[in-house]
Amino acid sequence: MFEALSERLGGVFDKLTGRGALSEADVDAALREVRVALLEADVALPVVKDFIAKVRVEAVGENVIKAVKPGQQVIKIVHDALVETLGGDGPPEGLRVNGEPPNVIMMAGLQGSGKTTTTAKLALRLTKTDKRRVLMASLDTRRPAAMEQLATLGKSIGVDVLPIVAGQTPQEIAKRALTTARQSGHDVLILDTAGRTTLDDEMMSEASSIAQIAKPGETLLVADSLTGQDAVETAKRFHERLPLTGLVLTRADGDGRGGAALSMRAVTGLPIKFLGMGERAEALEPFDARRIAGRILGQ
Amino acid sequence: FTKEKLDAAALAELEDALVTSDMGASAAARIASALADQRFSREDNQTEAREALAAEVARILKPREATLDLSAGPKPRIVLVIGVNGSGKTTTIGKLSKLLTDAQAKVVIGAADTFRAAAIEQLQVWAQRTGASFVSSHQGADAAGIAFETVKRAKAENADVALIDTAGRLQNKTELMAELSKIVRSIRKIDEDAPHETLLVLDATVGQNALSQVESFRSVTDITGLVMTKLDGTAKGGVLVALAQRHAIPIHFVGVGEKAEDLRPFDATAFARALVGLG
Ligand SMILES: Nc1nc2c(ncn2[C@@H]2O[C@H](COP(=O)(O)OP(=O)(O)OP(=O)(O)O)[C@@H](O)[C@H]2O)c(=O)[nH]1
Ligand SMILES: Nc1nc2c(ncn2[C@@H]2O[C@H](COP(=O)(O)OP(=O)(O)OP(=O)(O)O)[C@@H](O)[C@H]2O)c(=O)[nH]1
Ligand SMILES: [K+]
Ligand SMILES: [Mg+2]
Ligand SMILES: [Mg+2]
Repeated sequence: MFEALSERLGGVFDKLTGRGALSEADVDAALREVRVALLEADVALPVVKDFIAKVRVEAVGENVIKAVKPGQQVIKIVHDALVETLGGDGPPEGLRVNGEPPNVIMMAGLQGSGKTTTTAKLALRLTKTDKRRVLMASLDTRRPAAMEQLATLGKSIGVDVLPIVAGQTPQEIAKRALTTARQSGHDVLILDTAGRTTLDDEMMSEASSIAQIAKPGETLLVADSLTGQDAVETAKRFHERLPLTGLVLTRADGDGRGGAALSMRAVTGLPIKFLGMGERAEALEPFDARRIAGRILGQ
Repeated sequence: FTKEKLDAAALAELEDALVTSDMGASAAARIASALADQRFSREDNQTEAREALAAEVARILKPREATLDLSAGPKPRIVLVIGVNGSGKTTTIGKLSKLLTDAQAKVVIGAADTFRAAAIEQLQVWAQRTGASFVSSHQGADAAGIAFETVKRAKAENADVALIDTAGRLQNKTELMAELSKIVRSIRKIDEDAPHETLLVLDATVGQNALSQVESFRSVTDITGLVMTKLDGTAKGGVLVALAQRHAIPIHFVGVGEKAEDLRPFDATAFARALVGLG
């Protein structure tokens, strides 16, 4: 396990053989390697700094100094701290869809992060596993064929999609979706929204106004698990403008190290609820902190 | 004015700026250390140092700056657009088509993404918007077959350029990467030099994984150029610096928005300045 970091730390601690105890300087040397490993895994720099400071307090302790294999001991401390920061050992929080129907889930995120695909994945899961009556609606009036994309997905998974009405604003579609869901007895309504950059003020305001109209019980930021240093900025800015309740990380089926998970979780404090594990509607898995911690460390 | 070296804290701050651009820890350390021996005026050493940093980054990128003129060269010029999911391939094709048809070139667009829901419809909108011919089939059709048809049509219509869209694929998916080779083989049946251009589209928000994307795609097909999209957001795309140091692949365009006109030739100097936070 954790070869990448093991090798690095091996190098650091090899030089120490024959000496009895670890000094603060030794721990710092080890943590410099941890820092590089985290950066290579795309954990954002401010998050790396905080994380290292936190781990240092634990690592400069008796246990490490007396440990037979100090390298392994440091890795264990780092790993445990990662798991804890990522949300701990327990099962991830479920979706908040148990209020007065329609329970609204709003999807938000940057362009191309996987919102529409994840909308269908959640709808399928809620329908199949949780036996809920789900309605999906696309509020994306901008991307070419965005609404057709959701309609096609709905048809292929057998979930209702709000009929397309040309010329409506996203806010108008949100209202129509709420009315339709109430009238037709859908108890969950998933609102897919257009992708937006956080610097686009008009689009960010549009997102807040949609949330004000739809009052989602669950607002999910959908982000690419391959995201680099930008994870911090993006998560922070969406969190400022929307009542976010959770994160979904897509493309976790790639070979990325997934540092964005740690970054986004650390800056927002929000639970990571699901991982997107492929393009198909079934490819959604509950988040597993242990697995992602292992990946970040290059297991 | 007195000139002096930067102190450790100032150097560390510059290195941090490079790291947060997604350049990678080692490239950032190397580039920042190049400034350690330089002297800057005490009055405004931060600005001066950033200028020096931008110059250093630009020096690395400059050899990769290369405009792509698709209207010249073989006719039809066959362009294959590839990349991971959601990176901006289809939109970039729309933008390229706009650029070309505005210059009176005749363009054929082929919808070889037959996998993703409404990928064909999305591309069709771009073809209509920009006045390009459009070759497509139904969802689930053979991608290599569409690519072949597109080239055939481009020849028959005496088009200047054929732009072929492909499905997004993560570079660690072996079958999908094999499908890409199959697409290339099928268009070579018509023109053995095709594709004349294979553009890999990278998303600026992606971090170090872009390195693995380039390496893996390169191992299945020749990449002739890079396009980096989504530079209108907060991401700086610094991984291009690490890429420029490892691969001699030209960087042709950057995407700066979702509209047809939001494509710019890659400008190493401007990119480097934006990367270090100089306007
Ligand atoms: N491999 C993989 N691909 C995914 C995953 N989630 C989404 N995708 C793909 O990523 C691409 C973009 O997904 P979309 O759902 O269209 O993204 P979006 O956020 O709705 O995009 P915009 O509406 O344009 O902002 C598509 O090719 C999807 O098939 C995932 O978990 N794994
Ligand atoms: N802000 C911004 N958005 C962009 C840019 N280029 C593309 N996009 C958006 O990113 C999203 C994905 O773009 P697509 O062109 O569909 O990406 P793709 O690579 O074809 O996606 P798949 O075919 O699903 O793999 C869309 O919402 C585009 O409008 C850009 O330069 N800036
Ligand atoms: K970036
Ligand atoms: Mg979408
Ligand atoms: Mg596409």
